[in-house]
Amino acid sequence: MSEAAAPAGVSPGRLVWRQLRRSPLAVAGGVLLLLLYAAAALAPFLAPYAENDIDRDRFFHPPTPIRVRDEGRWRAPFVYATQRGPGQSHVTDRTRALPLRWFVRGAPYRLLGVLPADRHLFGVDAPGRVFLIGADELGRDVWSRLLYGAQVSLTVGLVGIAISFSLGLLLGGVSGYFGGWVDALIMRGTELLLSIPGLYLLVALRGVFPLDLPSQQTYLAIVAILALLGWAGLARIIRGMVLSLREAEYVIAARALGASSLRIIARHILPNTLSFTIVAASVAIPGYILGEVFLSFLGVGVQPPAASWGNMLIAARSQRVLTSFPWMLVGPGVAIFVTVMAFNFFGDGLRDALDPRRRPEGRA
Amino acid sequence: MRTFLLRRLLQSVPLLLGISALTFLLLQLAPGDFLSTMADNPQVSAESLEAMRRRFGLDQPWWVQYLVYLKNVFLHLDFGESFSRHQPVFQVLRGGLANTLLLAVAAAAVTWCLAIPLGVIAAVRQHGWPDRALSFLAFLWLSVPEVLSGLLLLWFAAATGWFPIGGMRDLDHELFGPLGRAADLLRHLALPALVVGLIPLASRMRQMRANLLDQLRLDYVTTARAKGLPEHRVLVRHALRNALNPLITLFGFTLGSLVSGSFVAETIFAWPGLGTLTLDAVRAQDQYLVMGSVLLASVVLIAGNLVADLMLAASDPRIRHE
Repeated sequence: MSEAAAPAGVSPGRLVWRQLRRSPLAVAGGVLLLLLYAAAALAPFLAPYAENDIDRDRFFHPPTPIRVRDEGRWRAPFVYATQRGPGQSHVTDRTRALPLRWFVRGAPYRLLGVLPADRHLFGVDAPGRVFLIGADELGRDVWSRLLYGAQVSLTVGLVGIAISFSLGLLLGGVSGYFGGWVDALIMRGTELLLSIPGLYLLVALRGVFPLDLPSQQTYLAIVAILALLGWAGLARIIRGMVLSLREAEYVIAARALGASSLRIIARHILPNTLSFTIVAASVAIPGYILGEVFLSFLGVGVQPPAASWGNMLIAARSQRVLTSFPWMLVGPGVAIFVTVMAFNFFGDGLRDALDPRRRPEGRA
Repeated sequence: MRTFLLRRLLQSVPLLLGISALTFLLLQLAPGDFLSTMADNPQVSAESLEAMRRRFGLDQPWWVQYLVYLKNVFLHLDFGESFSRHQPVFQVLRGGLANTLLLAVAAAAVTWCLAIPLGVIAAVRQHGWPDRALSFLAFLWLSVPEVLSGLLLLWFAAATGWFPIGGMRDLDHELFGPLGRAADLLRHLALPALVVGLIPLASRMRQMRANLLDQLRLDYVTTARAKGLPEHRVLVRHALRNALNPLITLFGFTLGSLVSGSFVAETIFAWPGLGTLTLDAVRAQDQYLVMGSVLLASVVLIAGNLVADLMLAASDPRIRHE
């Protein structure tokens, strides 16, 4: 990725962008990711109900179909009202059609954490309710909780990767550049971490923090744990790259000019590992997301009532819920699957785009 | 070869010491201990609490506890006592490890019994529809985490009733004859083994396909065909044999990773293995049980990697470990 490698007038960034645009899967992955993160950011607006809006009369309410035909006539989208039936069933009342309203007033929230607002993208007049995916065991809207859960589950990956890759780059860079006992110490540390099966260490580390922390602190604890586990593998690869880069002429030149070691590592050596690091990060993020899902699913991660894609799956462990209320698995399951797939598509495309050997000659 | 083995074994000693020290330190960082939950129980008197604290050495500073722990491990192979189960840790873990290894072996069988035939089909019909369909499915499967595949199979078991939805044995297990017990165990084993075995399936299948394609291009295959051998004989007796060789070494690496890979399936299907044990131990703050299971899981991982290296050397005469 050195500047000299690019043809005159085309920056390396543009080169990669052109290449990335050619791969339909990578573009699809990228667009999906943008949509997912936008949905997480705008969650309170896109969700018709608040994160913890309990409706005890509508627990395990099935998904409400959005209809456009009423007694043979076309009309604007609406839903039928429902009532509690015998047992746990909900009976559709075909005589009461509730129009779907746009930009309705609902629970107040702060958009992006600052702007006070109370409009929601869609909704129906109370006491009717619209459940796009269905309701959970407390009558909370699964669609709304998925959006709020995305705020936790999707950001865990980004924050975790930011911390662990900073650690990995720094320690790997220092290890490779200085060599000697510093190198030996850091490398033994990575060996130690890599010799413990990941999920065992993950769960054991979780034991360090009290299990009943408030949800925000749990979130931080999970990020810290994932970051602590993730740096070792990267540090070893970066060290290998630095070992060869430190003999490069421009590094010797920088040293001759009197640049400090840390400056050489940060300004001259690490930028040359950038393309590898970006690809490694985009491939590693799903692992972090799944780490949170796993911990929350086991009940030692984000605690209800706060929503996360992992703890929304807890209910799906019961046989009765799986067979009678499958949307409890399908909702969070599809969200997780789509996210991981989008990251995989995007990461694959990025890897091809950043690797000059995979770039067709003359077309750049 | 012997010196290589000896050196690797010696190298693993400081590694395991480091792992034990790290785990011990982490457990010390955790607020409270097993007894703090007991202290809330009005039925436990202050005296008996104090007696327990002394018996488990919890009143000592952490490094004294650690040294005592090491001494017991080295001199008596005593890994301490599980607070919550009132049993020696070694005894608790032995059962868990056996169950996890059983699951891991079954999962490996699932992986290889599917990966090899599917890889062969994909290679023989290269660019045909089975090849395309398989590679598309493999690509999609990469995005399905074990939590989801586990829950999907649990759904399948619950909806059809063909398989038990968890555990390892039926309630009536003891009443069955030996054949019935084996069948009962297999029925419980099937779904968790499928979850664990399907994880590496996609990549193994692609490796098998690539290996066989490489072999089919070589001269000896052309020679065999020119001699007039039937195609299935060329495939099975000549190409397939050589294509399988590189996969043998992968087998060792899989063994190590299977222990970690089975964690999710164990917890979903309530399989009483090492993973389930560890999770329970962390929840109960059962210090020595957590220590023991993390150490044991690491031992399996390290041993798996060693076996993989040895198999690599055995199958490839160009590699000589000195």
